[in-house]
Amino acid sequence: MIAASGLLSFKLGKRRARSQLENNEPLRSMPIYHGLYVSLWTILPPIFLLILFLIFKNNILDYLITPFISASTITMGLDEVIYVKNSLMNNISNLNNLIDSDFLSKEMAYSLYGKYSLGRLVIFGSLVILSIIFSFLTFKKLSVRFDARRRVESIFKFIFFLFSTMAVLTTVGIILSLIFETIRFFSHVGFFEFIFGTHWSPQTSIREDQVGSSGSFGAIPLFTGTLLITAVAMSIAAPLGLYSAIFLSQYAKPRTRDWLKPILEILAGIPTVVYGFFAALTVGPFVRSCGEYLGLTVATESALAAGAVMGVMIIPYVSSLSDDVMSAVPVSLRDGSLALGATKAETVKKVIFPAALPGIVSALLLAISRAIGETMIVVMAAGLAANLTANPLSAVTTVTVQIVTLLVGDQEFDSAKTLAAFALGLMLFAITLVLNIFAMIIVRRYRERYE
Amino acid sequence: MSNQNFQKRHRAEKRFKAYGLISLVVAASMLAVIIGSMAYKAIPAFNNYTLNLEIDMSNQSTNSTIEDINYRGLLRDSLFSLFPEIEDRSKKRKLSKLISSSSSYNLQDFIIENPSYINKKFYFNVLFTDDSDLFYKGYVDTSLPESERRIDDDEVLWLEYLYSLGRVKNKISSNLFLNGDSREPEVAGFFGATIGSLITIFVTLILSFPVGVFTAIYLENFAVKNRLTDFIEVNINNLAAVPSIIFGLLGLAVFINFFGMPRSVPLVGGLVLSLMTLPTIIITTRSALQSVPPSIREAALAMGASEMQVVFHHLLPAALPGIFTGTIIGLARAFGESAPLLLIGMVAFIVDIPGSISDPATALPVQIYIWADSPERAFVAKTSAATLILIGLLVIINLVAVILRKRYEVKW
Repeated sequence: MIAASGLLSFKLGKRRARSQLENNEPLRSMPIYHGLYVSLWTILPPIFLLILFLIFKNNILDYLITPFISASTITMGLDEVIYVKNSLMNNISNLNNLIDSDFLSKEMAYSLYGKYSLGRLVIFGSLVILSIIFSFLTFKKLSVRFDARRRVESIFKFIFFLFSTMAVLTTVGIILSLIFETIRFFSHVGFFEFIFGTHWSPQTSIREDQVGSSGSFGAIPLFTGTLLITAVAMSIAAPLGLYSAIFLSQYAKPRTRDWLKPILEILAGIPTVVYGFFAALTVGPFVRSCGEYLGLTVATESALAAGAVMGVMIIPYVSSLSDDVMSAVPVSLRDGSLALGATKAETVKKVIFPAALPGIVSALLLAISRAIGETMIVVMAAGLAANLTANPLSAVTTVTVQIVTLLVGDQEFDSAKTLAAFALGLMLFAITLVLNIFAMIIVRRYRERYE
Repeated sequence: MSNQNFQKRHRAEKRFKAYGLISLVVAASMLAVIIGSMAYKAIPAFNNYTLNLEIDMSNQSTNSTIEDINYRGLLRDSLFSLFPEIEDRSKKRKLSKLISSSSSYNLQDFIIENPSYINKKFYFNVLFTDDSDLFYKGYVDTSLPESERRIDDDEVLWLEYLYSLGRVKNKISSNLFLNGDSREPEVAGFFGATIGSLITIFVTLILSFPVGVFTAIYLENFAVKNRLTDFIEVNINNLAAVPSIIFGLLGLAVFINFFGMPRSVPLVGGLVLSLMTLPTIIITTRSALQSVPPSIREAALAMGASEMQVVFHHLLPAALPGIFTGTIIGLARAFGESAPLLLIGMVAFIVDIPGSISDPATALPVQIYIWADSPERAFVAKTSAATLILIGLLVIINLVAVILRKRYEVKW
C-alpha cells in the first residue's frame, strides 16, 4: 500500500516537474528529485504514525478490552484477568474465535469486534488522510525554482541521523532495562546482601512456609567463580597469544604470516557453542582422568576444563591486537637496538615490548572482558553449584551461567529469581564497560604517542 | 668469557624464537584437535541400521479408514513372526522395543501415500532404536557386565540373530538432514534448526544492513564533529565489545516484556542479533569508505556533485565490496551465536519446521546446545555432526566473503 502510494506520488511529482520543464526556464533540480520529494513526504508521515501505533498497539487493545472484562459476569482473580486479556488480545482479529471464547457473551463479542474493526478503520483512515494531505501540500510547492534536491538531501540526512542514533538507543535500552529490573530486584533483596553475600541459592520455593523459601542471593561466589575461570583462561591465552604475536610480528616471513594469521583467527570464528561442547565432552573428562591418574579429585565440570578451552578461544583476541601494536612500533627503535648488537630476542624484550606495552595491556584487558562475558562455554562445561573456592579443579559457577539458568524456561517475570538475572547482567555490563573503556583510552593514548 | 656470554645470548635467542613457534603450533593444533574430535565423534550419526520387515496387510478389513489401522500392531506381529519361540509377554515387549517408536508413523505415512499396498504383503524398512543402532555400529562393549550396558544379553542375541537373517541394512541417515528435532535420537535432525537459523539471519540482514550502512555513511561523510557524534562513535565502539548475553537480556526486557512480542520466534531473534551485528557492520563500512581515496570525492565535488551525489554515485559503489565483506563476517558471527537466543526462548523443543518469522523456531547453534544436554548417547554423535555442519556453513560463508573481497576489491 505505502510502497504503491510512494511510487504513484513519485511519478506525479516527476511528471509535474517535466511538464514545467517544457514550457519554462530550466529547472533548479532534476525531475527525479521533485518526484522523490513528494514521494518521501507521502510515505514517511504514515510510516511514522504506523510505527507509533504498532508500539502502542497493546495499550490500545488493553483500553478496548478492559471495560468488557470488568463487565464480565464471571468473577476472576488477578492472574485470570491477565490471562483472559491476553487471550482476547490474541483473538481479537477473528470474530469466530471471540464468539467461541468462554469469557464473552455473544453480544459482547460482537460489540468488542465492532469496536476493534472501527479502531482499525480509524487508524487506516488516518494513515490515508495523512498521506494525502502531505502529498497534496508538497505537490503544490513544486515549481521551477523549487530546490527539490536540497530538500530531499536534507530529508535523507535526517533519516541517516536517525539510523545513527540506533547505536545510542541500543545502549540506552540496555542500561534502562537492566537498571529498572535491578531496582525491582533490590526491593526484594537487600543491596549489601547481594553484593557481599557469600551464599547463592536462588531456588525460591513454591509454598511460602517452606524452609528457605526466600532463596539467598549473595553474588560473591559467582564473581569469584567468574574470576577463577577467567584467570585460568588468561594464564593460557596470555603467554600463547603473546608469544604467537611476537613470532608473527618479528620472526615470521611475510608469506608464512599471511597464512598463519588467518588460521589463528579461525579460532575466534568458531562458534562458542562448539567450544562448549568440546569442553564438556572431551576436555572435562580428560582433565578428570588426568587428575585421577595423579591421585587428585577433580570435578567433571571443573573450572580448569572450562577455563582452558576458553583460553584457546581468546588466543586470537590477544595475539591479533598485540601483533598490530608490535608491528606499529617505529622501525627506527628496532633498528637502533639491533645496530647496537642486541639479539632479536633482546630487542623484543627490552625495546619493542616496553614500547608496545600500553597496547598489549589493552589487548589483555579486552581479552579479559571477552572471557568474563563468555557464556556458552561455561554454561555447557562449568557447573551450577556456587562454590566459594579458588581451587581450579573443583566446579564453580559464573555470572553468565546463572543468568542463563535463571532465565531459560517459562517463568513468571516478577520473582526475585528472574530479576536477579538482570541485576547480574547489570554488574556484568558495568564490569565489561569499564574494561573496554580503559582499553580504548590506553589504545588511543598509545596511538597518539607514535603518530 | 665474552665468548661464553655470546653463546648464552644466542641460546636465549633460539629459545625465545622456539617459544613463539611452539605457541603458534599449539594454538593451530588446538584447531585441528577440535575439528578432528568432532569429526571422529560424528561418524555414527551419518548412517542408520534399518530392519527389513514383511508387513502382511492381506487380511485388513476394508471398512476401516487408513488412520484407524493398527500400524504398531502390524509391525510387532511381523517382528514376532521372526521369533516364534518367544512366548513371554514381557520379553515380547522388550523385543518390540528394539525398533524405533517412530516406525509406526513412517508406515502410516507410507500407506497414506500408497494406498494400493493395503491388502498386500510387502517389505518395509524400519529404523532401530538408538541403542540397538549403536550396538550394530560397534559402540556397545559386550564384555561389560550386563547391568552396565544399555543392551542386555537377550537383546544382543536377538540383534545378532536379525543380522544373521540378512534383514539388517546399513543406510545413510537422511533423517539427520531432513527432520526437525525429536526426543528419539534416531529420527532427530537439524533441518528445522537450520531453517530457523536462516530465517533469523535473514531478519538480521534486512534490519542491520541498511541501518548499519547508512549510519556509517552519516558518521563518515555528513556528521559534524561535535559532542553528540563523538558520543555516538564511542557508543558504537563499546557496543562491539558488550557481551552477547547482555543483548539477550535487552531482547527479553524490551522486545518480549515491553512490546509484548512472542517468545521463541525468529523475528525477536533477528532483532536481537541485528543489534549485536550493527557495530561490526558500521565499523567495517566506515573503514571501507575511508579506503576510497579522497581524490575521487574531490573530483566529484569539483564537477558540481552534491555531497549526497558524491556518496551514492561514487563512494558507495567503490566501497561496496568492503561493505559486503564486513556484513558477511558480521552475519557469520550472528549465525554462530547462541547465548542471546537462549534468553529469548529460542531454546524450546520444536519438532515442526518453521515457515515464517513468527513461527516458534530454534537455531542451529542452539540445537547443538539442546542436544549436548540430552542424556541419550546417540545424541553425542548427532551433536558432533551438527557441529561439523555449523562449522562447514561458517567456512562457506567466510569463503564467500574472502572471494568477494579478492575478486572485486579495487586497489587504489
